[in-house]
Amino acid sequence: MSNLSVELQDVRKSFGKSEIIRGANLKVPKGERFAIIGPNGAGKSTLFNLISGRFPVSSGDIKLNGKSILGLKPFEINRRGLSRSFQITNIFHRLSVYENLRCAVLWSLGYKYSFWHRLNGLKDTHERAEQVLEQIGLRRRRDTLAGLLTYAEQRALEIGITIAGGADVILLDEPTAGMSRSESDAAVELIRKVTVGKTLLMVEHDMSVVFGLADKIAVVVYGEVIACDTPANIRNNAKVQEAYLGGHAPVAEAGG
Amino acid sequence: MTTTTATIKFAPVLPLRWLAWFGFALLLCIAPLVFNKGASLSLLSQMGTVMIFALSYNMLLGQGGMLSFGHAVYAGLGGFFAIHAMNLAAAGKIWLPITLAPLVGGLAGMLFGVLFGYVTTKKAGTPFAMITLGIGELVFSCSLMFPEFFGGEGGVSTNRVYGEKFLGISYGPQIEVYYLIAFWLFVSAIGMYAFTQTPLGRIINAVRDNPERAEFIGYDTQWVRYMTLILSGFFAGISGGLSAINFEIVTAENVGAHASGAILFFTFIGGAGYFFGPMIGAIIGVFMTVMLSDFTKAWHLYLGLFFIIIVMYAPGGVARVIMQNLRVVEYGKFGRVWRSMTAVSASTLLAFFGAVIGIEMLYHLTLESANGTTRKLFGIMVDTAAAPGWLVAGTLLAIGAIGFRLALPGFRRAWGEVNAEIEEQIRRAA
Repeated sequence: MSNLSVELQDVRKSFGKSEIIRGANLKVPKGERFAIIGPNGAGKSTLFNLISGRFPVSSGDIKLNGKSILGLKPFEINRRGLSRSFQITNIFHRLSVYENLRCAVLWSLGYKYSFWHRLNGLKDTHERAEQVLEQIGLRRRRDTLAGLLTYAEQRALEIGITIAGGADVILLDEPTAGMSRSESDAAVELIRKVTVGKTLLMVEHDMSVVFGLADKIAVVVYGEVIACDTPANIRNNAKVQEAYLGGHAPVAEAGG
Repeated sequence: MTTTTATIKFAPVLPLRWLAWFGFALLLCIAPLVFNKGASLSLLSQMGTVMIFALSYNMLLGQGGMLSFGHAVYAGLGGFFAIHAMNLAAAGKIWLPITLAPLVGGLAGMLFGVLFGYVTTKKAGTPFAMITLGIGELVFSCSLMFPEFFGGEGGVSTNRVYGEKFLGISYGPQIEVYYLIAFWLFVSAIGMYAFTQTPLGRIINAVRDNPERAEFIGYDTQWVRYMTLILSGFFAGISGGLSAINFEIVTAENVGAHASGAILFFTFIGGAGYFFGPMIGAIIGVFMTVMLSDFTKAWHLYLGLFFIIIVMYAPGGVARVIMQNLRVVEYGKFGRVWRSMTAVSASTLLAFFGAVIGIEMLYHLTLESANGTTRKLFGIMVDTAAAPGWLVAGTLLAIGAIGFRLALPGFRRAWGEVNAEIEEQIRRAA
């Protein structure tokens, strides 16, 4: 059994003629928190879409817990223990917050496509949904339609749906984008709390979030992982400073 | 009051729900005693079958966001299988009490759900709608290719009175058929309501709202749609079987695009967003198609107009109109809207009245003027070729339309304010 949660081997992805991901390699050990940073258009979100099965890869291999997940559909990858959130909020707008979370736990608890169980009679589902509700701090909004939540609340629900199924590999795509400082701090605490003991991969632009949360940082530039190291080493990495920062070095500022 | 709502919110729901079902059962029992004149019994029977059909359609439209243009396929084929089974049973070849004949229809509907649904549910949204349209045409054209099964132009007929009486019930009299339909309606409605309270029933809502995210929480959305369609086909088939018993005939029209379109109309008019909406739609729809067609040749036009008005001004259907008004009443704010609401309703009615006079005169003039241009309208003899009738119609329409334009802004404002306040109250209470 591999001790790697996620492994990318020379992953390539082209849209038409343009190659967006050009031979990305990455090894994410179990239980570590990885942040993926890089300039706009570097292919960070595309990388997430490849790992979660949203797009097929053009070549290369992606392994989840040591097994290749090439050609699997998103729901199949999810069933193997990988769950992701989205950069643009992706929730069930016409269902209440509670129902959103309840939907997110149903498969993992084995109810699948059941039409013979009474939903309100499922204690384990109820308890798990309530537990996540408490964790993401939306108890007060339990019965509000998800579409009516504030932006920050929707982002919290987005994370809630992602972790509710108990997946051990979590991918978060810009979880704090568009948040105020205090909202973002709260989100960092939330992420820290709900990903204990899990493998976390996170695309993030906010450097204080990155340095606050990540064990390792992977830097993606032009579809390649040019460096992957601890935050301290990344900060002092000349290659990163040159390629990613163009000499300006806000990484060092934000980190320092 | 606002402080207590949060704590007692869920306590009274269950008894209330039981009360609603009990009331529904009671209503089904006493309806034929209240409406006991002339054709009302056959009207009630038909409403019952269409209610089941509309509820099954709403499993797709309301709960799954699947706009089907071919749902009559399942009801119609269910009807054919049920009627053939009844004929076989009457000939003594199989054992089938008439009480269970709808079940044959249901199983047939389900079987074709398994067959056709596999193709249709591969896609969602517009492609799904297109494929259902294609399947509908396909099955309809089959009716010409297999006349032994579909009975050709004349359809397949039967006699529902066969075999020995069961507890003195022969299903000869219409009242006995009514209670058979009422029984199946009650059972089916409970079944379909129960579906909404199961894991699959909730996940189909999730798939409706956001199919992509549903894939990322472990669900194969195609499979979710497929299973829902199969179950929906089962209930559609039951309604087809009941319709076969009720009319003692099933024709190719029962699987046709017209029947599929009608159920879409009815469900939308009733309101796809509420479980009981389609039942209201079935009542209105059957009433309009059966009763109105006795009074006027223009009934299609009225149904179409009604549909357009609902789509434009009340997209949530009649059910939503009722529920919103009830909410306003519940919060004690009806006093602030009823005046402007009455003004809008009255002017609408006036304009509608004028339009009806005009439409009826036009129909008479173009279709029946060979036998004289005068006809009776609302108890008055009118010469459809002369100016006075047209003037009255035009004046009513104009006054109504102007009144509507004048009254609408006030109503919109009052209605918007009241509902915004209510939502604010709800938010604060939560």
